[in-house]
Amino acid sequence: MSIEIIEACDVIWLDERQELPLAALADLSGLPLSELQQLVECETLTPVNSVEPAAEARFGARSIALARAASRLRHDFDLDGNGLALTLRLLNRVHELEAELRDLRAQWPQITR
Amino acid sequence: MKYKDYYQTLGVARDASAADIKKAYRKLAHKYHPDVSKLADAKEKFQEIGEAYETLKDATKRAAYDELGSNYHAGQDFRPPPDWGRTHGDAHAAFDDMDLSDLFASLSGRRHGSRAHGGARDAPFPIPGQDFEVPAEITLEQAAHGTEFEVHLTVPEPGAEGYLRRVPRTFKARIAKGASEGQRLRLPGKGGKGLGGGRDGDLYLIIHLLPHPLFRASGHDLYIDLPLAPWEAALGATVEVPTLHGAVHLKVRPGTRSGQKLRLAKRGLPHPHEGSGDLYAVVQLVLPAELSAHERALLQQLADGSSFDPRAHFKAEAA
Repeated sequence: MSIEIIEACDVIWLDERQELPLAALADLSGLPLSELQQLVECETLTPVNSVEPAAEARFGARSIALARAASRLRHDFDLDGNGLALTLRLLNRVHELEAELRDLRAQWPQITR
Repeated sequence: MKYKDYYQTLGVARDASAADIKKAYRKLAHKYHPDVSKLADAKEKFQEIGEAYETLKDATKRAAYDELGSNYHAGQDFRPPPDWGRTHGDAHAAFDDMDLSDLFASLSGRRHGSRAHGGARDAPFPIPGQDFEVPAEITLEQAAHGTEFEVHLTVPEPGAEGYLRRVPRTFKARIAKGASEGQRLRLPGKGGKGLGGGRDGDLYLIIHLLPHPLFRASGHDLYIDLPLAPWEAALGATVEVPTLHGAVHLKVRPGTRSGQKLRLAKRGLPHPHEGSGDLYAVVQLVLPAELSAHERALLQQLADGSSFDPRAHFKAEAA
């Protein structure tokens, strides 16, 4: 009879309280530092502090999701930096609109009788 | 090992050119890529498409795949031909409990590896482990009070022969109170094993709040419909309203309108660190499904005696 091993794990909340440098974003997303810098220059990826050079900027942990999506899209669609920045900008817009729609639906009464 | 028909997955002939394979992949990727598709099965479909393309786009891997033979159906149990292991990997390897995708991922490590029998485990450069993203569906009550969430994964790990093999793993994550829709949690190092000194992959949990029969979440705020009888709205009333932390009494002022949002401060979902969202009771005027004779008489009396015109503004606008 095999015994299932359950591992208890540390959990890190990816929210505004966690900050990380661009190098950590590169490590976690697999996207090269130079391509992440390009996303910062295009203002697709926004640091929490405005410092030069971009390599010393710090990013909210929510940026991990964006950087990982960038890495997937870059790899799966073979996008160049410009195409990637535009795609991410449009995807962000879609996500904002979806969140707005979700919020409006929550506020809309459900009683039909 | 189960056979996967990569050509069928991409919808191309076995003699398709590299350009045709790329074209077919792109067309399917546009439709099923989980970052852009809203189809329910997009993630699973794209995983199959990506796996097929990773093998067929690489001439060496494609040749190795073709040498497996073409007389199998997708999902059929099969073994690579006897010489296949000698040519492309380890002649003595047991392929029985392998996944075809892991076999071809292992081949990458072997091609770049410095040891003849090293395989994926001994990749000469660091290869980070695979990250996993898993939706974590929890109830509003669990989000409000915190909960434990169990994740069951099969993670690719290098076996004794150097080939990647799927290993079942179970993780238990403590989700502290305060999660809202879309919140992401990272479990470092709980993804696939890194190779050649690469870091282990991570596991990401994406919180999804399950629908609740009474409450609807908007960020950390909650909304509930508050049905009121017309006379309660007109005259005012004290009504019981459920919250995630027990019922409270809400004083409804006289003259409350339908659709009005009555705010119950800090009765929404807690924020992760401090404070809470609010609960909004959205007023809905409702009537009895059937009026008794007495109710009808009372309402008729009101209709006859009232000079209130709810559509007075129609006339003002039309004038």
